[in-house]
Amino acid sequence: MRVTVIDYKAGNLTSVVKALRYVGADVEVTDSELSLVDSAERIVLPGVGHFSATRRLDSTGLTVAIRAAITRGVPFLGICVGMQWLYSGSTEAPDQPGLGFFPEPITRFPECGEKVPHVGWNSLDARKSSRLLAGVEVGEHVYFTHSYRAPVTADTAATTHYIEPFASAVERGNVMGVQFHPEKSSTTGLKILRNFMEFA
Amino acid sequence: MITKRIIACLDVHAGRVVKGVQFVDLVDAGDPAALAARHAREGADEIVLLDITATLEGRKTLLETVRRTARELFIPFAVGGGIRSADDAADVFDAGADKVSINSAALADPTLIDAIGRSFGAQAVIVAIDARRDPDAADPTGDAQVFVQGGRKPAGRRVVEWALEAEARGAGEILLTSMDSDGTRAGFDCELTAAVSQAVRIPVIASGGAGNVGHFTDVFDRGKADAALAASIFHFGVSSARALKEQLAREGVSVRLPC
Repeated sequence: MRVTVIDYKAGNLTSVVKALRYVGADVEVTDSELSLVDSAERIVLPGVGHFSATRRLDSTGLTVAIRAAITRGVPFLGICVGMQWLYSGSTEAPDQPGLGFFPEPITRFPECGEKVPHVGWNSLDARKSSRLLAGVEVGEHVYFTHSYRAPVTADTAATTHYIEPFASAVERGNVMGVQFHPEKSSTTGLKILRNFMEFA
Repeated sequence: MITKRIIACLDVHAGRVVKGVQFVDLVDAGDPAALAARHAREGADEIVLLDITATLEGRKTLLETVRRTARELFIPFAVGGGIRSADDAADVFDAGADKVSINSAALADPTLIDAIGRSFGAQAVIVAIDARRDPDAADPTGDAQVFVQGGRKPAGRRVVEWALEAEARGAGEILLTSMDSDGTRAGFDCELTAAVSQAVRIPVIASGGAGNVGHFTDVFDRGKADAALAASIFHFGVSSARALKEQLAREGVSVRLPC
């Protein structure tokens, strides 16, 4: 089970790599070697922090290589900003486009007296059939830390409620994303990473 | 629904977990990696490891201890003590921490908050505030003072003002320790916690004084805390995080269960 983790200097990779290895993955990390993406069996795009960090994916040619891999059907998992990048863009960095695999924009939680960022353990509420979330029950908790979120659409695999429902997981074909941090979400998170590594 | 976090704190001195009363009289409580793993197994939502003597001894964080503790920890893991620069923070992240907690160094140079936030994101920066009320002040909570150097020295800053500056500079969370309550097991300082939590838009972790379940319901309710931190009540087997959370759930507090 080989997986290619993309390093675009958006936060720390240590936790993601550690968790993937814990579930048995053979992890290779790349920040610019496009050949590793071209030969990837599975791709994980982690990321935490500011959406503008994804600019580096464009400048290194990784965007083009990842788009081609997705077109070939290579399983892809985006985590946090890595999930947001799958969308058309984010109001956090309006001049930086996302991949556009999902057409909607990422927007900030509305101002309403609740604290933003949304930090902590929250539950996965509504669910649709999902290979990524196989065996994860409605109500299981996962760890979030973010101020921007994706809207609920037909591709949404799970929703979570903070101020209003948002897409905490997305899945269409082999393209998957989670807004939360599976590498920090205890046994539920490890189960999700294992699902990603093992689905056929 | 978002849950209230129960955070287990490991105060580390010379590579061992210790516990003090009002910041002094240290007692040995065990190995950091073993205790962190136990707390995670027993339902803690997060682990904070504070190298409590790094700043006093003028040395960097014990990276090997951080690395060993992080190895099989799959819940959020914050580390504080001895982080004086963005490079120091980078070393701690490389060793496996998800967040750093900065205190004295941020007061000495507040731009440290901006620098770490820029490189690693606001979610990775906790500003820890050691606070003491001034009983003679007209407004004991509003005028509460910040202390540095493990609580030994007044910083000449008011707590709420400093919390607001930390937020403005890009801190992702505030860890507020009441020195008056620390280690007493007599309850959190709910008034001071509420004053800070209502002033800022970022999460506030209450610390100092946890002794029983009622103290936690109180600090979540009256204290408006987003998370609460405790050390001694877990280390000596008084209660596991899971047992505590089961009791909190019965009291109507939203917590991560099962865990």
